[in-house]
Amino acid sequence: MKITPLGDAAALVTLADNLDPGVVAAGQALADALERDPIPGYLECVPANASVTVFYDPVRLVGKDGGSPWKRVVRWIEARAAASSAPVREVVERRVLIPVCYGGDEGPDLETVAAVHGLAAAEVAERHCAADYYVSAIGFTPGFPYLAGLPEGLHTPRRTSPRTVVPAGSVAIGGGHTGIYPQGTPGGWHLIGRTPLRLFNPQARPPALLQVGDRVRFRPITVVEFRAASSSP
Amino acid sequence: MSRVVVVDAGMATTVQDLGRPGWQRHGVTPGGAVDTPALRLANLLAGNAEGAAGLEVTLAGPTLRFASESLVALTGADCGATVDGEAAPRWRPLRLAAGATLTMGAARTGCRAYLAVAGGIAVPRVLGGRGTHAVAGFGGMNGRALRSGDILKCGPPSAWARRLAATLAGPGSMTAAHWEVSADARPHYEASPTVRVMRGPQWSLFDGDAHERIQGEAFAVTAKSDRMGIRLEPTDSARAALAARGRPELLSEGVATGAVQVTPDGRLIVLLADRQTIGGYPKIAHVATVDLPLLAQTRPGDMIRFRDVSVEEAQELWLAYEQRLATVRHGIALHAG
Repeated sequence: MKITPLGDAAALVTLADNLDPGVVAAGQALADALERDPIPGYLECVPANASVTVFYDPVRLVGKDGGSPWKRVVRWIEARAAASSAPVREVVERRVLIPVCYGGDEGPDLETVAAVHGLAAAEVAERHCAADYYVSAIGFTPGFPYLAGLPEGLHTPRRTSPRTVVPAGSVAIGGGHTGIYPQGTPGGWHLIGRTPLRLFNPQARPPALLQVGDRVRFRPITVVEFRAASSSP
Repeated sequence: MSRVVVVDAGMATTVQDLGRPGWQRHGVTPGGAVDTPALRLANLLAGNAEGAAGLEVTLAGPTLRFASESLVALTGADCGATVDGEAAPRWRPLRLAAGATLTMGAARTGCRAYLAVAGGIAVPRVLGGRGTHAVAGFGGMNGRALRSGDILKCGPPSAWARRLAATLAGPGSMTAAHWEVSADARPHYEASPTVRVMRGPQWSLFDGDAHERIQGEAFAVTAKSDRMGIRLEPTDSARAALAARGRPELLSEGVATGAVQVTPDGRLIVLLADRQTIGGYPKIAHVATVDLPLLAQTRPGDMIRFRDVSVEEAQELWLAYEQRLATVRHGIALHAG
């Protein structure tokens, strides 16, 4: 575990060089431990892939014995990390099933992805929803999940020119990840389908449907089912 | 509840406060004013809590009509503001008469100006903040920049603001307080600033040549800069030194405001308030928080240089700034008796 400053108000904790479910779980465990036993001035932390970024207000950590705010933060993180090294995270793993309408108007790039890999469009959809994924990071926009576990046979480099607007709910492939666009934003990944689920609602608690560590699977739905689900409140 | 009519919205005018920390895990950028000291001071001068919502004005300002008598304050860049044709000074409270029109023009120097109105801009809090989250379309004025015809509502002024406004009563459209925040208590701005930076987490992924370029060269602010970040153009040779030559691709990690990212082609992005929450570009350096106002006020064409500082020094500078602000706060409080 490495702890380096990320400026004067954050610490970057790097747990490993490579991504795997165990590292993501370790990041979750550390984040939970820091939240449970915060230092004065602790603000929040962001687990992502093989790291946890910890935000703090250094002004709250000044004026006591124990050196600079940075040094106090490092000692606190090290102490919580040591205490949380119990292997099993006590929280039950969340499993989420995402309904997806593949192809057609909802997945305008499905055929392109299929062509890149010499597959039929239906095969791409089958392989996509046969796999088990886990959320390795949330970012890019509120609620956007980076899902690890995309079969190598579907890895597809991003589009050379991104779209200026991607429909909200679009399920996409970019490089070695699959993800879901919560909002209509610019996007450079290949759109293979669309979910009627709302990935982000600022009025909801929590506001994002998915969080780091969640296990995710996709299940195919028809256009009729998609439209029905999209129109109901 | 007093109303402010947006007669002309200006180039990019948004409702901002000090942000909505605490939701970055869900991908929500903390946002808020890019020049936080300027907003905090504007709010103090209008008798508000420092984190009240105000307007952030970018490069070319709005024209606003105040339906009722208001206490306001302007800070940050000089936009040549006038009230019914009379020059409106920054860094001090202003009493505006009912029906007065405030016109803010093009920033003469700097990039971002701030307007605070006594009582704060009354928009709903979303995820703990009133600022505009443009990407996800929430917060502030319906998640977008102001448009002509918008009507801003303001909360009730504080007792301090009411007392001060009474001392500024008069027949004209505007009465300015006779006192102001002194120059040494304002954020420090410079035309082509040298900005203090700490080493970034990926400093060691770059070679000595790249390190020397960061520490020794000037970088040009490009027109692609915005609230998400300042985009800097190096010289051709610096760009070559910084470009990815066999550098491993990184896993994305949580980022912070002030991070100096290096893109694969050797250009720099210094993250600002509306940054994404995670990123995969290597971070070679990180701007000290006290120097963020310098960046907030840069415009396309300005040149930026970097100067080395340790984390400890950066935190000491931050504390010194907060202590100075506390003195200003006390001084302002005394002015309305």
